[in-house]
Order: sequence, then structure tokens, then C-alpha cells
Amino acid sequence: MNLFDSKFSTACPGCGQEIAASIVVNTAGENVIITNATGCLEVFSSKFPDSAWKVPWIHSLFENAAAVASGVEAALKHLGKLENIRVIAQAGDGGTADIGLQALSGMLERGHDILFCCYDNEAYENTGIQRSGLTPLDANTTTSPPGKKSTGNIRPKKTMLEICAAHKIPYVASASVGFIPDLKEKIKKALTIRGPKYLQIHCPCPLGWGYAPELTLKVGKLAVETGLYPLIEFEYDKLTSVMKIPEPKPVEEYLKLQKRFKHLLNNKQELQKIEQIAKTNIKNFGLT
Amino acid sequence: MKRFLEGSRAVAEAIKLCKPGVISAYPITPQTHIVQNLAQFVADGELNSQFVNVESEHSAASVVLGAIATGVRAFTATSSQGLLLMGEVIYNIAGMRLPLVLTCANRAVSAPINIWNDHQDSLAMRDTGWIQFYAENNQEALDLHIQAYKLAENKEIMLPVMVCIDGYILTHGHEPVDIPEQEKVDQFLPPYSTSYKLDPSHPITMGYLADPTCYMETRVDIQNALDRALKLIPQIAKDFKHTFGRDTGGLVETYRLEDAQYALIAQGSLAGTIKQVVDDLREKGKKVGALRVITYRPFPKEAIYQALKDVPNIGVVEKAISLGAYGPLFTEIKGIFQNRPENPKINGFVAGLGGRDISQETIIEVFTKLEGAQKDLEFIDIKKELLNGFIRF
Amino acid sequence: MKELKIYARAGQGAITSAAILGQALFLEGKYAYGFPNFGAARMGAPMNAFLRFDDKPVRSRSQIYHPDYILIIDPSLIKSLDCFAGFKEGGTAIINVKQGSEIPTLNKQKVITISAEEIALQTIGKPFANTPLLGAFARVSGEVRLESLLQAITMHFSGKRKEALDKNLEAVRKGYEAV
Repeated sequence: MNLFDSKFSTACPGCGQEIAASIVVNTAGENVIITNATGCLEVFSSKFPDSAWKVPWIHSLFENAAAVASGVEAALKHLGKLENIRVIAQAGDGGTADIGLQALSGMLERGHDILFCCYDNEAYENTGIQRSGLTPLDANTTTSPPGKKSTGNIRPKKTMLEICAAHKIPYVASASVGFIPDLKEKIKKALTIRGPKYLQIHCPCPLGWGYAPELTLKVGKLAVETGLYPLIEFEYDKLTSVMKIPEPKPVEEYLKLQKRFKHLLNNKQELQKIEQIAKTNIKNFGLT
Repeated sequence: MKRFLEGSRAVAEAIKLCKPGVISAYPITPQTHIVQNLAQFVADGELNSQFVNVESEHSAASVVLGAIATGVRAFTATSSQGLLLMGEVIYNIAGMRLPLVLTCANRAVSAPINIWNDHQDSLAMRDTGWIQFYAENNQEALDLHIQAYKLAENKEIMLPVMVCIDGYILTHGHEPVDIPEQEKVDQFLPPYSTSYKLDPSHPITMGYLADPTCYMETRVDIQNALDRALKLIPQIAKDFKHTFGRDTGGLVETYRLEDAQYALIAQGSLAGTIKQVVDDLREKGKKVGALRVITYRPFPKEAIYQALKDVPNIGVVEKAISLGAYGPLFTEIKGIFQNRPENPKINGFVAGLGGRDISQETIIEVFTKLEGAQKDLEFIDIKKELLNGFIRF
Repeated sequence: MKELKIYARAGQGAITSAAILGQALFLEGKYAYGFPNFGAARMGAPMNAFLRFDDKPVRSRSQIYHPDYILIIDPSLIKSLDCFAGFKEGGTAIINVKQGSEIPTLNKQKVITISAEEIALQTIGKPFANTPLLGAFARVSGEVRLESLLQAITMHFSGKRKEALDKNLEAVRKGYEAV
């Protein structure tokens, strides 16, 4: 049985988050309870009276998916059912790295047996593509528009993986809808580990990023292949595994597909900065 | 067993008897003694509960939300800024129809920061769909928590209950308290059982998006449940008396109102001081009485009307103000007498904000004011010298 | 109804004293409400604790303005505070004194002094003047029996070391005998 019934989903065509969320729940299986932050995923999957979720699923608020999951986990512990039921908290990048960061940090620090999945589509897409802490450098969003005095988003992505790893939790990983087998492996691996886990999944967004819906997987792949979205794993704050990209592709190949970076294509200085981000990733994580 | 206990300990004993499976809280004065006691019970193995120390009140409320959604009874407590920080989750818990019990150790709100008692914090939450009880003393603080779970978890209600107890005055005040036997509490309050829960064997979706075609009905449904609670609360108080032999709870308490010409209305521990003054004035031949609003939400309009309809002069003394308007309780008491044949004179008094002591002398003075002109709003025991110029803290 | 006001500095056991006294009265079938002058959590800051007691339930929640009894745990407060403001005529003050303490003279109230800190040092080994003061209060006021006080102390120390309990019981007895 498909545990995410897309018949009851109103996601945009080509939605990377829908692909990722469906893979997460179907890989996890029936014995799971999911807490979901406010955001695109929540809105398109749970419009009363329809629900795409065939597992127990709860949406409470924007910033508290990790805390609600903590309560679910504590309740299961009290009931003696935690052995057989996995708890997953899930949120978009805003619900994870911005408004949800405090609750997430609390969840990680307290050692709850929960997998937190961040569906990283790099902006507040649900409210109309506003900039988040995980929006990449120079991206054009409705609150980080380029103009005479701006080249778009002024800051690079918040280093969420490292922030989570610094909590010295058993498992932290990044994945991408561009690499589905790898994504599935990481979900499986995470769910065999007891304690807090953090999985950040790159989820291209045709609407917010400005590309044709059929390109979602390609865009996702290129982000990894250019070195801009390294797929890596940490165990207790130690980098343990990376997906190698022996011959990194030029970042322009990734950028030119997306309207959110269109304003950069003739801006050598900014392109160099983005190139530098990829290079730093490749060097720091040993991607080649 | 009767013991001489701090109010916080009395509440903790009540919660222990109710056996919540999950407790979560964040420290804030004057609430902390309650959860410290509970943490010790858990540490000593006297209470089988998961005690989750969180990083904020917002998360404390969210943790207990998640726990009840999983079908496990839960508890949290807070005060003042903590309750305000929870505010978003407070609405959410009621909207999701989760029967949480929360203690609000009532405290003023900032700015300026003030850790002392008034009712501004819980009254800010009056429109959330929560049931609100106000305790007069430590015994009632204990008893109301047991009744609160019974009420919240009733299938016809399924709404959270906030038990409000005056910060310091009760939380840090010691009094004789009768702690009920566990067997009797078990008999009065069966384990929480619901099919409305997160359970992989019967998967449900909780927290839907409700668009304009169905949102409004969720509010009507809560309103209807609160109307049912108005009937159920006296019944639960009656059952409680039957089991424990004590008159506690209910909608309102009337005190020497028969033939009264002057009556004061109050909530919480202040009612105790007023009753004392009523006795003293009655001895001097004054026809005075009091009404205590125990249940503030749902608002017991009929019970209040019946209690006060023959009293020509009424004063509302409250530890809160809707700034720019009046005391919140005053406004609602006035509303009760709209389109009624009686036309009592109703005076509004705001007193005791930020912990300013309300003495018996003050209450006597307030009774005297009922003989004077009608005023919608009068602040009591104000230091005029502090009001020269613009106050900035 | 009788009202008692305790003067101390935060950390000197004023609230505990009010609670133990309330417990003792409660054991005798009386009603009591013991409470601190809320706030001032800083150790060493002047503070009050109150106890109101009666044969019938105590309902008034206001602070105490006209005490029947005043206990002063820290005599240095007499200089800086008006400890006897509102003191009822015919009331009794019991004051812990040290060498050199200024002992006030009151016309309409009784003043009893006791070297409570010294007794505490001899018995408990720590300067907990509040404990002997409770014994002195029982003797001087006649409001509570020594046995009830000892029982309340025993309840307060339940779960703690028996040695600590015995020392405190001794401190209360010595305080009782000293006045």
C-alpha cells in the first residue's frame, strides 16, 4: 500500500518535496507516527476532509514539529511502544532552520528517538517564495530580490548539518531527490539507529526556483554534481561518508536552469562566489 | 490524609494522583515548585511518568500536545510570560480538542517585569476555547485538578482545562490540605482512553487544514462543548462530593447573598479576604455578601444572574484590566443584566495588579464605595504621587 | 484569629518557621495559613513570613498589618526597619539577641529576648536562630504545645538524617526552656 496517497495531494506538478515525503513515509513503513510542521507539505497533503497520509500524522504549528514529536515519543515510551513504532518529525527549511530551530535543538539535545526530516526547498514557498535561512547565496526570492543595489540573497545557506552534528547525535545526513536510491538508504539507516537523527533532503521546487516541472530530478542531481549540495553523513559529529563527485560540473549548469539565479549569469563576480562555495564544499568534505 | 502543605505541593500531589504519563515544563516563577515536586516524585519512583525538560514554554505545551495526541494523559504548568509564550499552542490544543490540564500560577505580565500575583496572564487566554477554573485556597487547588481531568476527558467535552491558582498567595502559602486516597481518585477518574489518537493500528490525520467551507463549524463545535460543560461542571462537583465528601468546584460560590444589599464579585484567593470582611460587616449589621466566580470559561451567566438578581448594588473586584476598556469580568457581568428586568448598579474595581496587597481595610472601603456613585472603572489603592508625569520603567 | 509576623533575612528560615508552626497548630486541630512576603529571593535581603491561625478556617489572604506576635530572627533588622509598626496592644515580640543587640522598649507590648543563635550553635552547630525561637514562642505565647512543635519538626525532617532531627528537636527544647 502506498502510505502517501497522492490522490489526496494538491502539490504542484514536479514538487520535489512531495516526492521526498512520499519516499520517506513509504521507506519507513506503517509503524510510524509523523509530526508535520506548517508549510507546503502540510497544506497540500491534509486539506479537510482529505488526507494523503495513511499513517498516523499530526500537524500542530509551524515551529513545533520537533517538540510535538518529543511528546509523541515520550508518550510511546510511557506506553512501552517505542520499540515498535518510529517517530518522524518533518518540516520545510523554514520550519527547521529558522522558526523551528530552537525546538529542533531541544529535541536533539534531549536525545529523543526521533528522525527529523528537513525538506529543504530553500525558501518559504508556501507563503510565496520568501527567503529563509537555507536560501542559497544570491537566490532571487520575493524578499531577497535582486535590484540596482542587490544581487539577491545576501547570505549563504545556514550550515544546518554541522549545527545538528555539533549536538553530537548518532546520525546526521544530507540527501536529495536527485539521488533516490541514496535517499532511501539513508532513511533506512537512520531508522535503524536509536536516538535523534537529522536528515536534510534537497527538494527542488519548480514554482519557487523557476524551472519546468519535469526537470526536478535533473535540477536536484546537478546541485549535488556541482558540489553545491554535498551528500554527506555524520555520526557523532564526525564526517563518516560522502557521495563522491569525481568530476564536478560547473555551477553554471545548475544555475542556468533556474529563474532564481537568472540575474547572475552575466555577473562574473557573483558567479565566482558561488563557484567558491562549491570548491569549499569539495575541499572540506573531500567530494572528489 | 490531612497535611499542612504549600499550594504548589498540593497541586503536585493532585497531579500525582491523576497519573499523567507525560509531564513537560519550563521554569518560571512562581510556578516552579509545582514541577520541582513532580520531578522529585518521578525521580523517587512514586510517579510513573516521562518528565520532559524542555527549552521553552512553547515546547512544553507542544510536548504535552504530542503526548495527549498519542493517547496519554499529560500535564504542564506555567505563569505569566510562559503562558503568553505558550499562547499559540494554547489555541492549538483547544482547536485540536486535546484534553490537557495546565496549572497557571497567576502572575503579572511584563513590562515592567514583575513576578507577583494578578490575573492578567490567564485572562489573556480567555478566548482560546480553554475551560478556566480559579481556586480560592490550596484544598480547592488540589481538588480542581482532579475535577479538571474528569471534565476535560469527558467525551462530550474534549477540551483543555486551565486551573488558575494565585501565584505566591497560594503557590507559596501553606495550609491544611486533605490529600485524597489513590483508590478513590482512581474510582473518580478512570484512565484516559480515546480512539482519537495517533496509533499505527488505526491511522488518523490530526490537524487538518480547514478552509472557509468548514473552519467556522470548528468554532461552533467548541462553543457547543463549552455550553455542555456548563451543565457538566456542577455535576462533576456533585460526583466529587459524593466520592470525597467535600464541596469543591462548580460554577460559582455564593456567600451570604440572601437579603444582601451590597455584593462583591471576585475570583481566586481574593474571595477569601472578601468573605472574611463580609462576616465582619455582617456582625455590624451590614447587609453584604459575595459571589465567587470559580468557572470563568465557560462563563456561567445564568448562575451569576440567579445569584445576583436580587442584589441592587454590585461591585466587581478584579486583578486584571482590558487596557483601554474595563476590567474583563466587569464587562461580562454588565452584559448579564442586559435586557433583564433588574437594573442593579454595577461598579468596576481593578485592584492588586502586580501583587499589590489587597487588605481587609481595602475591601471594607470598596464596600463603602458601593454606596456611592456608579463607576465603570476605579483603580484601588493607587499611589497618586507615582502618576505625576509619564512613568517609564 | 491570631496573627504572627516574622522578620528575617532571606535564607534564615522564616518561611520554614511559619510552615512548621502552622503544622504544629494544625496538629492541634487549628487552622492556619503561613505565607512569605513574596519576592526578594536574594539571600540576605530583609523579608517577612506570616502566619494567621484560628479555630476556624483562615480565609483572609492579605498581608498582616496588625500582628499579635512578632518574631525577629535577625536583630540587625530592628535598626533599619520599623519592625513594630502596627503591633497590636498587648502583643508579644520575641527577639533573638546577640551580645550588644539593642533591645527596644515598648510600652504597650511585651518584649522577650532569647540568645537563640547561641542556642542553635550549641545544639545544631549552625546559626539557625529560628529553631530555638519556635520553642520560645510555644512557651511565651501558650498558643501551641511543645509536643506539637516537636512533632511538626519531626515531620519536617522526615526522610533526612536522624542526627539532624535530634539536634533540631534539642534546639526547640532549649529555646522553650530559655524563656
